[in-house]
Amino acid sequence: MAAILETRDLCLSFGKLRAVDSVSLSVEEGALTSVIGPNGAGKTTFFNLLSGHYRPDKGAVLLKGQDITGLPPYVLVKMGMGRSFQITNIFPELTVLLNVCVALTASTGKSYDCLHGLRSSARTVSEAVSIIESVGLGPYVDYKGSTLSHGDRKLLEFALVLAIKPSIMLLDEPTAGMNQEETNNTVRLVREISREKGITVILTEHDIDLVFSISDRIAVLNQGRLIALGTPGEIRSNEAVKKAYLGEDA
Amino acid sequence: MKDRSASFVRRLLPFLAAGALVVYPLALPRFYSSLAIEIFIMALFALSFNLMFGYAGMLSFGHAVFYGIGAYTAALVLKHAAESMALAIACSMAVSFVAALVIGFICVRFTRTYFIMLTVAFGELVYVIGHRLVGVTGGDDGLVGIPIPQISLPGLPVIDLSNMRVYYYFSLVIVAAAAVVLRIIVKSRFGHVLRAIRDSQQRALFLGLNVRRHLLLCYALAGLFAGLAGALLVPFEGMVSLETLHFSTSGNPIIVSILGGTQFFLGPVVGAAIFILVKDTVQNVAEFWMLWMGIILVATVMFLPGGVVGFVARFKPFRSAAGIAKKEE
Amino acid sequence: MILIQFLNGLSTAMLLFLLASGLTLIFGVLRVINFAHGSLYMLGAYFTYSVAVFSGSYWVSLLAAPVFVACAAGLIERFFLRRLYVREHEFQLLLLYSFVLIIDDATKAFWGTSIRMVPKPAALTGSIEILGRAFPTYTLLIIGLGPLVALALFLALNGTKIGRQVVAASLDREAASAVGLNVPFLYSVVFVFGAWLSGVGGAVVAPLRGASPGMGMEIIIMSFAVVIVGGLGSIWGAFLGALLLGEVLAFGTLIVPNLIVLLPYAIMILIFLVRPQGLLGRGGG
Repeated sequence: MAAILETRDLCLSFGKLRAVDSVSLSVEEGALTSVIGPNGAGKTTFFNLLSGHYRPDKGAVLLKGQDITGLPPYVLVKMGMGRSFQITNIFPELTVLLNVCVALTASTGKSYDCLHGLRSSARTVSEAVSIIESVGLGPYVDYKGSTLSHGDRKLLEFALVLAIKPSIMLLDEPTAGMNQEETNNTVRLVREISREKGITVILTEHDIDLVFSISDRIAVLNQGRLIALGTPGEIRSNEAVKKAYLGEDA
Repeated sequence: MKDRSASFVRRLLPFLAAGALVVYPLALPRFYSSLAIEIFIMALFALSFNLMFGYAGMLSFGHAVFYGIGAYTAALVLKHAAESMALAIACSMAVSFVAALVIGFICVRFTRTYFIMLTVAFGELVYVIGHRLVGVTGGDDGLVGIPIPQISLPGLPVIDLSNMRVYYYFSLVIVAAAAVVLRIIVKSRFGHVLRAIRDSQQRALFLGLNVRRHLLLCYALAGLFAGLAGALLVPFEGMVSLETLHFSTSGNPIIVSILGGTQFFLGPVVGAAIFILVKDTVQNVAEFWMLWMGIILVATVMFLPGGVVGFVARFKPFRSAAGIAKKEE
Repeated sequence: MILIQFLNGLSTAMLLFLLASGLTLIFGVLRVINFAHGSLYMLGAYFTYSVAVFSGSYWVSLLAAPVFVACAAGLIERFFLRRLYVREHEFQLLLLYSFVLIIDDATKAFWGTSIRMVPKPAALTGSIEILGRAFPTYTLLIIGLGPLVALALFLALNGTKIGRQVVAASLDREAASAVGLNVPFLYSVVFVFGAWLSGVGGAVVAPLRGASPGMGMEIIIMSFAVVIVGGLGSIWGAFLGALLLGEVLAFGTLIVPNLIVLLPYAIMILIFLVRPQGLLGRGGG
């Protein structure tokens, strides 16, 4: 399969700290790739480089073969990249429905329309409702974002990212702070997105068992460097990974 | 039964309000017409400010720039080009819009503290320029001796804007029309995108929205309507003073919006009425009315974060009345 | 001539530093721009006038007036600002703006709208000859005061326990309260201390330019320019920014006297475009 996202020799330092150090990685289209590593390994920084939040000191990011280094996030979204944040990021003062309607409006390019109401298009509303139902927030359509529980907010953010119809989704710790039921629900969603919709997924995650059970491929970062990349089986038996990462926990 | 009567009152309310506004200048002495005109102009100025602050989260301390530019533009058109109110208004709005695009282009790159300080700086910069360009603005003396235009439409008697009662109706129509347009903007896709940006710029950016460009358009629209408010001031006062560009003038729409309630569309209108009435009352008995305004503002900020409209809407009997000013989700 | 102008610039710079250091310190810890800073400075000048008239000694008022200003700021912080720390920054800013309105009109009501001159202290009315030109002694005093305050600030922030706590709180508020620092207390201390500095500024400037209603607005804009040039939250940035702006203004009057009023804004906007975090700023904001 072809690589949908590729990094070449990506570097970013904060002062003396090399947060991401010459990472070259390619992600196959349609695969579910997890990025793992001990705390402070540079996972979130790596995500921020991929999604255009940070600009690398050196190196390049390629999306579908095109160099996207330094392009603003809103342009990357138009090219099919969606992301969620580690600290859940939604529009707290808008209702669940309006949250998703705004995301849909963003992807249709009608966001400068000063005349028509957000809900004036029945198609937009029904599309929004079906996305909201697909993540299981159906009963909360008219609730304000700020009134949702932590887990439901994460689901809402999921719905926002789905609304822009991405071909690749970056999920930064999608199950952080969730209880077991919410986690199971989210895992089911991620699987569905990956297997049925064919969306390429890259995620970071703390729960190692979960990572091994859902990933097609796993990338291991340690101190900003990519130390291993392979299938869960390969990673499990990788000596460098054991030493740097799994060994610490055991 | 009770519900039905409440909804009946609610439906009737806009008509009652409209009727009262029509009868008002005929029933009361001329002075009250001019008081109402002041309220209308302040309401429009504050509504334009609140499009920026209440809906997009941009707290500008330099909104007088566009109000002042609108006033000076209208005055210059009336004085030197043509005695046409339509032309004066059109020019004011256009010039204020362009000025807001230019200044906004720099300001919307920044958020929060930096945005606020930049708007203060631009406010002062434009004030200083206005003070220096004596040939255009009249400097400290302001622009005086501005002819007050008449409007003659075919088949209608000539509308003489120098008559205070006539000008009452004229400004009422303009401000009401502008408020309707602003209401449509606030309710539109763009209006909701602004709210989303206010809630989380980052999330909006990563959903593919060009945040800066949306904020710039919002800033420029706010400038345009402030320019219209400034233009309405000219025939009313017959002059333009340098004070329209001053920092304290930038403070007025802020006070008014906070007072009325920034999360309610009509909040600034209610705030404008309170502001002008307090000013008029205090000025009759004391010299320094801003002192009292400051105290009222402290009380509002401390105890009524939703403003007066937000406070009234808390009580059930008034909820139907506040319904027209319904809180935006 | 150039030296004299340089010294004039230096005196402006030191005065601006007194204001900007307080502003930047308050911002660093409370994360809010003290809009009322200029008004407190003006209050300092008026207090100086009244105490000097009452006691007959400028030196007494130089000591007392800043303390009165600090007390006023303490009241504002304790009874108003503190209750708003849980709300959005905008509300804190609006509260401080309300106090601008209140203080500005209250001073007008109390002291009138005309300028109030404070006589220079007898010991400093003369002038010193520098390279064949007379230079007022009092201006030299101001020049000396700036580095003194900078040094005292540096020592206070790095040498005392509370100073180190202030620095810690300004770097990371959550971490500071997590390790058990009394953050609300630090807020009060910083706000009152910053106000005291602006009061000193007002007291120092009173014999030079008198106390007048417009002085607060004038200085706050300049102070904004200084902290933006230097970088919000940075004391040394404020020092550098004050020096730069003071000298630019001093030499600007020689070179482009007509455009001098535009210079601070031009510098401010230029810095915004080229280096928004300021010369020594950490960024953010």
